[in-house]
Order: sequence, then structure tokens, then C-alpha cells
Amino acid sequence: MSAKRTPTSPGPGHDSHGAGTPADGLAGTAAEVPTADIGTGDPEPAAAPGILKSIVRRPTTIAAGAFLLVLTLIAILAPVLAPHDPDVQNLLLRLKPPSAEHWLGTDDYGRDVLSRLIFGARVSLWAALQAAAVALVLGLPFGMIAGYRGGWIDTILTRIMDAIMSAPSLVLAITIVAVLGSGITNAMLAIGLVMAPRFFRVARAGTMDVRHETYIEASIALGCSTLRTTVRHVLPNVLPPIILVISVSLGTAVAAEASLSFLGLGVKAPAASWGSMLSTASSNIRLAPYLVWPPGMMIFLTVLAFTYVGDGVRRALVRTRSGN
Amino acid sequence: MAGKRAAGVMAHTGNDATGAAADLLRVENLNVEFRSPSGGWQTTVQDVSFSLKPGGSMALVGESGSGKTVTSVAVMGLTGATGGRIASGRIVFDGRDLTAGTQKQWRDLRGPGMGMIFQQPIRSLNPAYTVGDQIAESVRKHLGLNRKQARARAVEMLEMVQIPRAAQRVDEYPHAFSGGMCQRVMIAMVMACNPRLLIADEPTTALDVTVQERILELLRDLQEQTGVALLFVSHDLAVVAELCQQVVVMYAGEVAENAPAEKIFFNPRHPYTSGLIGSIPKPGLSTDRRLRAIPGGIPAPGAWPHGCRFSSRCAFAEPGRCDVAHPGLIRMDGAGEHDVRCVRAAELSLDGVTV
Amino acid sequence: MLRYAGRRLLAAIPLLFFVPLLVFALIELAPGDPATILAGDEPTPERIAAIREELDLNDPVLLRYIQWIGGVLHGNLGTSFVSDQSVTDLLTRRMATTMSLVLVAMIFAIVLGTALALAATLRSGGIVDRAVNWFASIAIAIPGFWFGLVLVSVFAVGLQMFPAFGFQPLSAGFWPWLSHLILPGFALGLLPAAEVTLQLRSALGQVMKTDYILNAEAKGLSRTSVVFKHSLKNACIPVITVLGFRVAEVLAGSVTIEMIYNMPGLGRTAVEAVQGRDVPVLLGFVLFSTSIVVLVNLIVDISYGYFNPKVRS
Repeated sequence: MSAKRTPTSPGPGHDSHGAGTPADGLAGTAAEVPTADIGTGDPEPAAAPGILKSIVRRPTTIAAGAFLLVLTLIAILAPVLAPHDPDVQNLLLRLKPPSAEHWLGTDDYGRDVLSRLIFGARVSLWAALQAAAVALVLGLPFGMIAGYRGGWIDTILTRIMDAIMSAPSLVLAITIVAVLGSGITNAMLAIGLVMAPRFFRVARAGTMDVRHETYIEASIALGCSTLRTTVRHVLPNVLPPIILVISVSLGTAVAAEASLSFLGLGVKAPAASWGSMLSTASSNIRLAPYLVWPPGMMIFLTVLAFTYVGDGVRRALVRTRSGN
Repeated sequence: MAGKRAAGVMAHTGNDATGAAADLLRVENLNVEFRSPSGGWQTTVQDVSFSLKPGGSMALVGESGSGKTVTSVAVMGLTGATGGRIASGRIVFDGRDLTAGTQKQWRDLRGPGMGMIFQQPIRSLNPAYTVGDQIAESVRKHLGLNRKQARARAVEMLEMVQIPRAAQRVDEYPHAFSGGMCQRVMIAMVMACNPRLLIADEPTTALDVTVQERILELLRDLQEQTGVALLFVSHDLAVVAELCQQVVVMYAGEVAENAPAEKIFFNPRHPYTSGLIGSIPKPGLSTDRRLRAIPGGIPAPGAWPHGCRFSSRCAFAEPGRCDVAHPGLIRMDGAGEHDVRCVRAAELSLDGVTV
Repeated sequence: MLRYAGRRLLAAIPLLFFVPLLVFALIELAPGDPATILAGDEPTPERIAAIREELDLNDPVLLRYIQWIGGVLHGNLGTSFVSDQSVTDLLTRRMATTMSLVLVAMIFAIVLGTALALAATLRSGGIVDRAVNWFASIAIAIPGFWFGLVLVSVFAVGLQMFPAFGFQPLSAGFWPWLSHLILPGFALGLLPAAEVTLQLRSALGQVMKTDYILNAEAKGLSRTSVVFKHSLKNACIPVITVLGFRVAEVLAGSVTIEMIYNMPGLGRTAVEAVQGRDVPVLLGFVLFSTSIVVLVNLIVDISYGYFNPKVRS
């Protein structure tokens, strides 16, 4: 037999070239040929675009973002857009079903539901912003301190945040409102406090990720102050996931504000918020069932929109991470 | 897959099997497809045929990507569960065409008719149930044993695969077992239903070298004691040499060579087979321990070359002959025992095992 | 195993007392005189003095807290400002309603969530799968109390299928009890049901791709056995964790639902306590809610042992 064979490189069987093709092993087949489209993102083009560009590519995210943009405009332009004064009572027009004059009907004081809905957008969005801001202010710096310092500071802060997180959020918020007194600002302070642990966790994790990177150590070695180091070098690493938490928290805050106002612990009468409008609807449910729909749909759509925007941000983050 | 296409056909085809009636398993012109990333169906295994007699032992050999696992999974009727489909061809078991029957009929055959052990024994056992429970559920379903009998059977099987303190270990969970022990449990589980065909897909690849030999010994003993037919899937010809009478060498989704083991080893007719033999490590050759391996890798499904699929890696490839047309299987001897897919098979003299 | 559970319980106890501490701290830190704030919108000097007395506001905050804890350990949660009743009595009397409501909601969430996830898995990639995924991701954004109102207006007021308001104790018979809980339980259970659906569907999808499921198929087990026995138990682990977290939110959600359905439960008690600035009742409510959450998470931890044998050893 001739020995006319020369080549020498990797042996068959130990060869990895074929790995991942459907013909290779069972694990390979299952991974290669997903039977359901759950969890599979669209393939990433060669040039990884920025986060913003990536967010904008998803139609649901665009729709949700557009909805929120329009809602914001409506809130800002409420005095111009609202057909009636939201607080003017007309006892002759109590609980009238939708008509040409009052598109969404009137409530138990004869106030125009559409106008209240439009002004309610102001209250709801502004309240959500306040709550998210409170949560951000409480969660972000403490999270960065905990992640940066470590040690006992980290332990104590983490324990406190875990405790807040594991308590029933609305119960905690109600209690805080009870102590501080009802009113939209106190209610949002309470919701902000309840949401703060989310920001804390993300900020802490993001800080710990980069804490021991060389460029941070170098910055400290160069004599930069801790504040300067964290703001210049740590913050950029923490911000992208924080944006995700913000969009999710805004949705939570809209729903929470609605709950508290529904219970009479949020906005003070006669001011309209979607939650207090549902409270009105609740007490008149037999006479005017139509009152249930407009504020409820607005809360639902707004929460859904924030969820979808958050989902878009999350996908974009995953994609830019894996793209690197 | 075939679905509920005329169940009556089965009884018919069962009787018309002339000549090959004695075969336990006959795979005829099997084509298996998987979804390609672009969306269509892509052939992964093409026109594969072989047969196995009751009590016989056959090896499916090839590198990863050759389609050997896909073929064995197809025999089990699990192609659908892995996301693929049998596009055409027949799988005849004990005279019955399984591809013409229903999923249910095939399912009922798994266990008492055929069983399979896998490459990753630890991952193949359900972490949430005891090993005894996982053996017992097969025999309760297929042999109709009650709870107590099934448990006794599980202990008996664990003893058979030489797991020490079987009566206690039967109540332990898979995470308490080592890889080799898990593979023994897998073998016990499959053999508990007295199958007629045992498919072993790289059963020792994931195990330590010292454990490998023991598992192979166990398989050999089991085959002698029970007369089960063995379809052994491996990339390692050295292992195959110890176990199998017949060897089917697969390359890029098709059969490259099919012959009795001694012909494969001492008189290979396909350059790929010869290359695989050359890559078997030989103890004692300390001066040149480097393996003579085949350069390059198996082309992926969908990227198969127009001519001979091995030609790009073949040291004997001749431009104008090997890369022009796709070669068919050529019968090398009168006895019909040696098939080769190589246009130059008759002219080449290839290296086999050197003694 | 028992030691493990004991350790978890010990770790959870500080949590029980942290949240009330937060309330004490807030009363102390709130701008202005706490007694004046708590006395409501038109405080009379007598009322302020009475509050000062009742809450021992003249004592330092830490002492007040320790005294309260001492009372709790003796089963004494203080006396309601408004009704002069013992807080312990008040809460235990109203507990049955809330527990019934939360129980029905959780059962509903688990049953519906599991059924939808299984249906989607059995028809993986098909229209059912898509519909379930679509439904669950929408349902997750529906505010529970609004859904509760919609249910009232459709099923109680419109179709008159169920009683719109109130609660009947179990002692009044099973059907009267259940019929009052169907609508509120459904409203409260929708969100956790959607979460269970999404979590379980995704966990089942992962499990169905594992080698041991292929092995279960190779053993010739029925489709039912493969999905229900071999997949479900493994896929439950992440879902149980989510459920543990969710109980706190369901408990919180029961507040609004009890208001809508006019149910004499703890949530209603809490809202009334807020309106009447009834701090002892609120503290009792906070302690009770946190205890339930701690208890449920303990049960979750213990159940891991059943679903994941590795935890046991």
C-alpha cells in the first residue's frame, strides 16, 4: 500500500469546522433550527449602529414612542386643545352620555369628560416624571456610592433597598402618604421612594462592573477626585441601563399615580387625573358605565407604550452589548 | 413527517419484503431536511441506505457534520423533535415501514423496539426525578409493570450495568452521579424494556478516557448477553474496531463507504476512510506521534460541492474527474458487501491499518 | 432542609421590623409637627394633644419604636385612633376577606397562566402560541383596578351574572363565598396570570430544547408525559420565583380591588386608616402585609427543594 498521504493538521473528529451545522450533534440542531420565534432577535448587520438608531428600527417601539410624544404635546397644549373648562360644573348636564357637544359625555358634576381627560394627561405625565425623578435622585447616587465604595456602606445600603423592594409597593406608598398627608406631590414622593431600589440596583451593578477597570484606577492615580472620576468615567457606563429603568418606571408611576388618585390619596378635587376620573366612574357605575372607558384606556395605553419603549431600549442594549 | 398516511400500507409492506426479510433495520434512500437560516428546507442527510441484521452491530462513522447523528435520530423517529423532517426514504424496522405509519406507532416502538443513548449522559437525565423513577416510567409504560415491579426492575437493571449499591442509588437524583455512572443509568434505562435495537450516539465522547473503555466493555457484554442489535455512532474508528461487524462511513450527509469491519480497516477503498484510519493514534510510535489528519473541514449542508463532496480535501482528487459530477455508490465486490462512493476506487491503493 | 428553612426565616425577620421603622422615621422626619399633620385638615388643640399622647410623641423616636415592637411581641398592636378598638382585633376580623381574595386571585393566575403557557408550548410557533404571547404582553399593561371596574360594569351591572359588591365568609357556604370573589379575583389575578404565562412559556421553551426532553421522547413516553411530567416540573423553578415576588403586588392590588367591590378587607381598612390618619392601624397593616410577603417567600424557598433536588442536598 502506498503512503501517498502528506497532510498533517487537525484530526478528524477533533475538528470544529463542522460544528454548528444542523448535521452536527443534537444540541447543534436544536439551536440552529429554532421551532419557535420566541427569544430570537433579528440578525445584527455588520456595522453596529448606535443605541438610538437601534431603538428606532422596531415598529412597535416607534408606535409607542409616537404615542407618548403626542400625549406629551396634548398635555402641554391642554388649555388650547380642551373644548371645555375641565373644572366647570353644570348640574343640569350631570352624567350625560357622549354627544356632539360632549364627545365623551359628562361626569357627575356635569363636567366635560374629554376636557378632563386632556388635562388629566398633564397630571398623570407630570406626576410620573416627578416620581421617576425622585427615584433617580435617591437610587442613582446611592447605587454608585455603594458600587464604588463597597464594604459596609454597600452592605447597609443594599439591605435597606432590598427591604423597600420586598415590601408591597402600594402599601408602602399608602403609608407614606398617610404620614406626609395626601396630595399629588407627596404621593409621587412615596412612589419615587418605592421605585428607588430599581435605580439603586442598576447603578450599583454598573459601577461595580467598571470599578476595577484600568482607566478608573489610572484616573484615581492621576489625582482626580472621586466625584470627578465617577462622573467622568463611571456614569457613562451606568447611564444606558438607567435609561431602560427610567422608561419602565414611568409606566409604573403612571399606574401607581392612578391607583393612589383612585383611592383619593393623590390629586385633590376638583383637579382631574385619570385615576380620580376612574374613582368618579366607580361611584356612578350603574348610571354611567361609559365613564369607565376613557380614563382606563388612557392609563392602559400609556403604560403599554412605556413598556414597549422600555422593551425597545432593552433589545437595543442587548444588541449593542453583543455587537461589541 | 409521514403523519397518518395510510396506516394499512404498513401491514402490506411488512410482507412484501423479499430477500431482506431477515433485516431488523433497513434504511432506504433516507433524506432528512432542516430549516435553513434563510427560511427554506435544506437537505442535511441525503440518500442514505444501510441495513442491520438482528443481533448485529454496525457503526456509523464520520466527523461532526457528516450527518451520522441526524441519521440515527431519524431511525428513532425523533427528527421532528429536533426541528427537522424526513423528506423521503423509508425506515423499515422488523419488516414494517415506520415512515408510512403514524407518529404514535413509532412512539410505541421506542422503548420495547429500539432505544437510544446519547453523547451527554448527564444532560440526558431529567434533573428533577430520581434515576429509579426515570427507569421505572419506561417499564411501567411499555412492559405494563406496576409501581413495585417497576422499581424492582430498575434496581435489577442498575445491578446489570454494574452500579454499586444499586438498591440505594436507585433513589438518588442524577446530579449525584458522575458522567460515566450517568451513562450506565442511561444504558440501564434503555435496556430495561428489552429493546431489539440499541442506538448509541457517541456514548463515550463526553467521558474520561479511563471510563470510556469500561462503558464500551459494558456495551459489548450487554450485546452478548441480550442479543440486542447495536447501531453505534462515532467519530472514532479505533472504538468502532472493538465493537462493530459492519461499518458505514458517512461524509457530508451521505454514505462514503459501507463494508464489513475487516474490509474497512484492512482494505479501505475510499480516501476519506483511509484518512480516518490514518488519524487513529498509535501507541508506541513515540518519535512521530503527530496524527496524519485530513486537512480542511466538512462542507456545511447547502455548501456541498458539485462533484465529489470530499474532493476539495482529497489528496487523490483529479481535476476534471472528481469535481465534475456527483459520484454514485459503486459496488466493489460480487458479494455485495462493499460499496464505495469514489470514481477512482478501482485504481487507488489506500492505506489501511498497519499491523 | 429544615435547617435551611430556619435560616431563611431568621434572615427574613429583620425585614419585618424594618418597614415599620421606616414609618416611624417618616413621622419623625416629616416637616412640621407630626401631631398637627396627623390631626388632619382642621386640627383642634385637643385632638393634637390626644395624638401626642397616644403616639407618645414626647418620647424619642427610637424609644417609641422599641415600645411598639415590645407590644407586637405580646400580640398587642395598640388601639385605633378612630374607633378605639384593638388593632389586633380589627385586623384579624378583616383578614379573612383579604386572604380569600388573594387566594382566589393567585389560584386564578396560576391556573390560567399554566394553561395558556402549556397550550402555547404544545402548539409551539403556531397561531395559539402567537395569540397567547400577544394576549399576555397586552394584559401586563392593564391596570387591575380599571379591569375590576370594567368587569363590574359588564358582568355585574350589565349581565347581572355575579354580585357586584360585598363579601360573604366561607361559613355562609361555598358558592356565596366564591361568587363574591370571582370578579374581584379575576381582576386582581389578571396581571400575575399574564406574568406566569410569559415566564412559563419562555421557561418551557428552554426546557423543551434540552437533551433530557429528547431522551424522554426517545423512551417512547407519551406527549402528555413529556410535557407535563418532564418539562413542567423543571420549567416551574423560575416561575415560582416570580410568583413569590408577585404576592406582594397582589396584596397591594387588593387595596384598590376591595374599594371597588366594597369588600370589608384589610385594604379597605388601610384606606380608611389613611383618611382618618389612624397610624396604629396603618402600622399593623404594614406589619401584616410584610409578614405575608415574608411567609410566601419562605414557602417559595422551601418549594425549590421539591422542584430542584440539587437544593435539597
